[in-house]
Amino acid sequence: MKRSVTRQKDTMRTITTDEIIARVRETCIEAACNLGEDAKKAIIEARDREESPTGKEVLSQIADNFEIAETESVPMCQDTGLTIVFVELGREVHLDGSLEDAINEGVRRGYKDGYLRKSVCDPLTRVNTTDNTPAIIHTKIVEGDKLRMIIAPKGGGSENMSTLKMFKPSDGIEAIKDFVVNTVKIAGGNPCPPTVVGVGIGGSFEKSAIIAKHAVIRTLGSKNPDASVAAIEDELLARVNALGIGPMGLGGSTTAFAVHVETHPCHIASLPVAVNIQCHADRHKEVIL
Amino acid sequence: MEDKTIRLSTPLDEDITASLTIGDRVLISGVIYTARDSAHKRFFELLDKGEELPIPLKGQIIYFVGPTPAKPGRAIGSAGPTTSGRMDAYTPRLLDLGLKATIGKGQRSDEVKEALIRNKAVYLMAVGGAAALIARSIKSSEVIAYPEFGAEAVRKMEVVDFPAIVVNDSKGGDLFVEGVTKYRKTS
Repeated sequence: MKRSVTRQKDTMRTITTDEIIARVRETCIEAACNLGEDAKKAIIEARDREESPTGKEVLSQIADNFEIAETESVPMCQDTGLTIVFVELGREVHLDGSLEDAINEGVRRGYKDGYLRKSVCDPLTRVNTTDNTPAIIHTKIVEGDKLRMIIAPKGGGSENMSTLKMFKPSDGIEAIKDFVVNTVKIAGGNPCPPTVVGVGIGGSFEKSAIIAKHAVIRTLGSKNPDASVAAIEDELLARVNALGIGPMGLGGSTTAFAVHVETHPCHIASLPVAVNIQCHADRHKEVIL
Repeated sequence: MEDKTIRLSTPLDEDITASLTIGDRVLISGVIYTARDSAHKRFFELLDKGEELPIPLKGQIIYFVGPTPAKPGRAIGSAGPTTSGRMDAYTPRLLDLGLKATIGKGQRSDEVKEALIRNKAVYLMAVGGAAALIARSIKSSEVIAYPEFGAEAVRKMEVVDFPAIVVNDSKGGDLFVEGVTKYRKTS
């Protein structure tokens, strides 16, 4: 069989790796220093309605802190995270070099030039890579001629409290809800609550974790478009906040700002569920090239 | 619980730490030392060999932190607390050797709480993520051991009015347990 490959570079839009490097660099710094409007609003609202005086004091410090970070252009948290990048690459885009290399070079420059903490090491020797690379990159090819990236620096304290379980299909939704609530309960004050709880239901072992991460970076205030899933989000948020864990785990009315649930079809024998926890520094920035 | 603000200066007297109660807000001034996972591991290797630690322990405070690099002209980068639970295996022995307080975030083990009672010491919580705000209270910072650990190096810091909350006291009080019980709305 004869293989035919047509090259149509001239009809494609070229994005240079230099542009990608520059935008990733600046976005890493911006994400560390400037909290998004959705997260700021969630913190202020939680502060204003918090019942616990200690919880209110904690949320006031968190609110003052994001103002100071933005005004002084310094990171809001010393844990400037492992860099998670969700990429949507338009199929009409031609790149003049390696996408992964460009993203990692942007991370390298951003973490150096922005005085961000380098928090990435070998898992066994624990020797630091010294430049916060490699980033964790999830790439999807989509329609169009744009390159869209969501850059989310992810702190270790909240990531450490995340869980994944392979349920039996017969366990059903109530067991899944209990698992989510119990994950938040066991996490207590460790993940820096108020948190955003991302839940991935379905897919395969790894897909459930990836959609849980997608759920985490969804804009605060958004709902799952499927009304039945949105109802699960509301119920889980009420149950999580009834735990009383509160700001930084010292007791109070807001344990989570939101519970976001994403679903994906799975094998007839399986029911994977992943719960990814995000601290109150809910950092994610979008870049479109 | 009665919330009040108390000024503390280091090194800490046992009478003072014994008098602190959960929910008290403290403002710390003086010298504090930093250490995280790797430094604690190294401390224990030295203790096991009967050697001196690079920091004094008697009456001192260890802050669990790995700051961001300082921007030019600044004493320190952003410097909020890390999760204390990872240091639970180490803290009791250091308390038995004279350490009077640790600062971090998140709950501690029963072994740590028992060591706090035994040594009339306290566990303090700084607000996790409030790293730019906390950095304002750090007036100087000097790496005094293990520079090869980068962010995890041991630092000697001079602080003025460093804000923290007493979350485990020397009488067995635990604000995580009491606070959560008070606001829990499920059975």
